[in-house]
Amino acid sequence: MKRLSLFVMLLALIFTAVQCGGSAPAPAAPAQEEAKEEAAAPAQEEAAPAEEAAAEPEVASEEPAAEEAMTGEETVVTIGYTASKTGSQEVPSRGQTHGLELWLDQINQNGITLADGTVVKFQAVTYDDESAKERVQSLYTTLVEQDGANFLISPYSSGLTDAAAVIAETYGTTMITTGAASDDTYKKGLTLVYQLYTPASRYLTGAIDLLASLNPDAKKIAFVYENAKFSTDVVSAAQEYAESKGYEVVLSEGYDSEATDFAPFINKIAAAEPDAVMGGGHFNDGSTFARQLHEKETSVEFLALLVAPPELDFAELGDAALGVVGPSQWEPQANYTQEAADAAGVEWYGPTVADFVSAYQDKYGEEPGYHAAGGFASGLVLQQAIEAAGSVDPDAVRAALDGTNIMTFYGNVQFNTTPEAHGLQEAHEMVYVQWQKDADGNLVKQVVWPVEGQSAEPIYPLAQIP
Amino acid sequence: MEQLIASLADGLLLGFVYGLAAMGLTLIFGVMDVINLAHGPIIALGMFAMFFISGATGMGLNPYLALVIIAILGLLFGVCIYFIAVHRVLNAPHLSSLLSTFSVNMMIIGVGTAILTTTPRNLVFSIGSISLGPVTLLGTRLVAALIAILVAALLYLFLYRTQPGKAIRAVSNNRAAAELMGIPSTQTLALSFGIGTMLASIAGGLIATFFSFTILAGGVYELKSFVIVVLGGLGNPTGALLGGLILGGLEGIAPVFMPVSWVPVIEFVLFVVILMVRPTGLMGGGR
Repeated sequence: MKRLSLFVMLLALIFTAVQCGGSAPAPAAPAQEEAKEEAAAPAQEEAAPAEEAAAEPEVASEEPAAEEAMTGEETVVTIGYTASKTGSQEVPSRGQTHGLELWLDQINQNGITLADGTVVKFQAVTYDDESAKERVQSLYTTLVEQDGANFLISPYSSGLTDAAAVIAETYGTTMITTGAASDDTYKKGLTLVYQLYTPASRYLTGAIDLLASLNPDAKKIAFVYENAKFSTDVVSAAQEYAESKGYEVVLSEGYDSEATDFAPFINKIAAAEPDAVMGGGHFNDGSTFARQLHEKETSVEFLALLVAPPELDFAELGDAALGVVGPSQWEPQANYTQEAADAAGVEWYGPTVADFVSAYQDKYGEEPGYHAAGGFASGLVLQQAIEAAGSVDPDAVRAALDGTNIMTFYGNVQFNTTPEAHGLQEAHEMVYVQWQKDADGNLVKQVVWPVEGQSAEPIYPLAQIP
Repeated sequence: MEQLIASLADGLLLGFVYGLAAMGLTLIFGVMDVINLAHGPIIALGMFAMFFISGATGMGLNPYLALVIIAILGLLFGVCIYFIAVHRVLNAPHLSSLLSTFSVNMMIIGVGTAILTTTPRNLVFSIGSISLGPVTLLGTRLVAALIAILVAALLYLFLYRTQPGKAIRAVSNNRAAAELMGIPSTQTLALSFGIGTMLASIAGGLIATFFSFTILAGGVYELKSFVIVVLGGLGNPTGALLGGLILGGLEGIAPVFMPVSWVPVIEFVLFVVILMVRPTGLMGGGR
């Protein structure tokens, strides 16, 4: 019995060790770790008197930044964010992080030179949020309180960003959100959160317009979507829009985020005989859904899915990817130029589309997707706001963000400044891609909507695909 | 009606694989009265073994040939778990074996999450489909069901036609008497645990040929296995296969009449009802 007790105790110890090891937040890279340590030292020194004075959770490193600005020296701004290096959001989050890291590389070559001669450079502190909402809030608190982040960039996905936005607001730290389209986050009275993505309510409306242009006789749509904040927001807005256009919603059903078996939904789709299927949620479920639809040889004439189709990894599905339409926040074929900005009467800012694409390809050896563009643009918009404010003072930067109305390689950016929906993206528009085959039979992504941005005619119906 | 037939066919094919996974759980319980809480992670390890042996980034072996390797690895892994975590607590109160196998569960998940992460993996593999009227059966699911039947038949032959199989049944019936007859009970119990984990890992390998998975994916199949084991009768491998078919059929039929998200509710209501009305299961407990 003694041996048994010892054995159970030993196992309990191992179990505890495993649990502790698994839950400890891990900074992403040694280089960032070093940078963080350098930044943390002055931050902690400043934090002590601040706590004594008012116990306000303000970012301590803002004070030395302001001091340095007076002397015209170099100042380092700390940007905090979490990335989903593991878990279900890994693929899109990786693109977003790559985009942001590319911006950091570029901006830190020369920094931003303010009017008083101060050169602003940036350092990033990041953690793996494991795609888990419960980790996001504690990690963003750590980023603000312990790492002294001056500005925050959101994690990937609406659910995670919604959790992070609360922390940003609580600690009075401005957050640029990317990879987060849900409208709700910006309708809670937040004042420090700024959205780069086209809101979810406008995500699939273009797909319905595309369907109408391809087949005016189409009447029935089936919605099968992930039961998550982002996708339910998108689908409820799309359903409302579809019904306002006279479509009949013949099926509307959500699936669990961890769903792997779509056969019950596919059988329901087959029974409902819709003219179009729309929905999805994120990359893994969307690509699995498309694959199983193809394997079951389901007769679907038009398939539009969220998030997954614009990702390059979607092509790994082979023929199952062919003809699938997806809304995208940005594509390399996007026609955003200085001339387009002049014609629209807004300021042009930052690199051209071609410059961004080539820089990204040089660094990562692959074409950037819209998550990567969003990641880069999040830094770019912060850069523009600091330049416009002429300062790294948080209030001045916030005022500059409120007044932002620019066109970049990523498209138009302008934020809602009303109390009802502060920070909601107003100007950015979606494009719709479709996977098609080129002359050599390789799968390529084409922009098929809106018409003015088309790089190829859409394939319709899918049943005609050889 | 067409939807019902198509949905039922899909459910039944999956049911065979569920049944195979549950046979592993019920065999271990039947022989040594141990509820193996590491069953789910072992199924997940079977999925990953398939991914690494057959995936494009792995050895690239045909998935159905890979099952032979997965079966051997599963058997050896089970024997190791038996000697490390089960053998010493076999005669202790049930709580000890529960804690012990739960610890194994947590260790596999902890190490698996650290090494393999929780990023979903997908084995890109397809052998087409067969259309029978309104029903389109996926080739991978059809082959998985056939392999599940084959493995169940081989298990039956092993238990009833071979010396080690008869020894397992003898130890299951009365360990003390079996030992008096000269049957080495420790080796027999280790073999039983090994076969139980082998069945779970084969089921995991088969599931990996058509569904994506993570190291945590085994949990849902472990829960289904519990429902199936109770349905078919604790300790009864044949009942487990029947229970798997019933559960698969239910998963096929229920979504025709209600949202898919209600299916787990129905399953666990059934679980409670069987426990209350017929606790020995539909086919009775096996010994």
